[in-house]
Amino acid sequence: MSLAGHLDLSPAPGAAPLATQVRAQAAMELRLLLRNGEQLLLAVVIPVLVLVAGVVGADRIGLDLAHRAVDELTPGVLALAILSTSFTSVAIATGFERRYGVLKRLGATPLPRAGLLAAKVVALLVVEAIQVVVLSCVALLLGWSPTPGVVGVLAFVLAAVAGTAAFVSLGLLLAGTLRAEATLAAANLIYLLLLAGGAVVLPSSSYGGFGEVARWLPSGALGDAVRRAFLDGALDGRALVCLFLWAAAAGLLTARTFKWE
Amino acid sequence: MRYGAVTAVDGLDLTIDTGTITAVLGPNGAGKTTTLETCEGYRRPQAGSVRVLGLDPVTQRRELLPRIGVMLQQGGAWSGVHAMEMLRHVAALHSHPLDVDLLGERLGLGDCGKTPYRRLSGGQQQRLGLAMAVVGRPELVFVDEPTAGLDPQARRTTWDLLRELRTSGVTVVLTTHYIEEAERLADRVHIIDRGRLVVSGTPAELTGNGVRRLEDVFLDNTGRPLA
Repeated sequence: MSLAGHLDLSPAPGAAPLATQVRAQAAMELRLLLRNGEQLLLAVVIPVLVLVAGVVGADRIGLDLAHRAVDELTPGVLALAILSTSFTSVAIATGFERRYGVLKRLGATPLPRAGLLAAKVVALLVVEAIQVVVLSCVALLLGWSPTPGVVGVLAFVLAAVAGTAAFVSLGLLLAGTLRAEATLAAANLIYLLLLAGGAVVLPSSSYGGFGEVARWLPSGALGDAVRRAFLDGALDGRALVCLFLWAAAAGLLTARTFKWE
Repeated sequence: MRYGAVTAVDGLDLTIDTGTITAVLGPNGAGKTTTLETCEGYRRPQAGSVRVLGLDPVTQRRELLPRIGVMLQQGGAWSGVHAMEMLRHVAALHSHPLDVDLLGERLGLGDCGKTPYRRLSGGQQQRLGLAMAVVGRPELVFVDEPTAGLDPQARRTTWDLLRELRTSGVTVVLTTHYIEEAERLADRVHIIDRGRLVVSGTPAELTGNGVRRLEDVFLDNTGRPLA
């Protein structure tokens, strides 16, 4: 019955096809991400500022880099962008989804958990793709001339996937155990610490003795892998293995500790 | 159902008839929400068994979920989402959802516009919660204190919708601590206290066809000294 203005409440239950559900959920997640000013600041504005400031200021502060500043810094800033989206944004968003009962509410819809995770990954990859395009354009304007070749591009994609896996797991680990406010504070603090000392924007070799530690951090490994891809057109096996180990360890811990509400 | 050393629901035994409105009435902390969440599959009972539409809510949850509608006591939406956007999203997860615009209009959500969820009034958030519970055209809806904090008009709108659901063949289970709500809406009332069923029946049975007030029945059966 579909009289104009008549609400037919008779039961007609059923789940939409899984692909439709995942698409709807991914579109929703993406809309909410793009609507959130702080997230955009973190995702695009800060990396662009770091890149421009780094390239303009490199000569003045006398950074000792093996390559031109823009060629060395752009891969690092791309790594930073991946870190900000897959770690900080995911942790904060998930923390508040738990707090506001969104995960609980979605848990009562036909959307399965695997579908929810798939949708989150899709939304994340779209945001990362936008970040890579914007940052690459800014870098090209600043004189970036990458020659990664096919191997380098593949190495970059692999590094991005491995880095995203590691940082999403770490972000969920944080968000699944702490309160939303504590997650917000911790995720931002860790982001700043890694930005300054995590060998993500600058190569681990520029940190002196601490570089030996920093290159085993997920930030340092991601930075090194992306630099290797764009500077040498090669795959950094050590860094990729390191990222996958972080992803596996954090993933296992998350699966054991994550609380949905 | 126990939480640590606290037993929230203890040996509760009830059966709900299809196509009726059942009210689970009880004071704060009686175990109403725990009972509902056990039926919804959020919690696994430590003892006993629960069947909803013939299914085990925990092990057969994927089969069960499309057939039931759930209204949480609070929250359940992103802080920045718009009311109709949220409703449209939940509708998109179902195969034959209700007409979202009609439902939104009916529950007065149409004029929430672009106001983010966190700035909606408590009543608007409640009504969105109810809308999300019914938009997938379930056979059975669980509503947890659907009119808590609503003004009289919104309460009436909610009651009308719940009655219309029953007329359309939907089974409704609601928790409430408003006696009037149970009396006016429910075909059967179960009064629970400290996790146990204390008394159940139709409103007429419980009040001896209006000889006693339901409020007195409630108070007599859930008596506990005020701390």
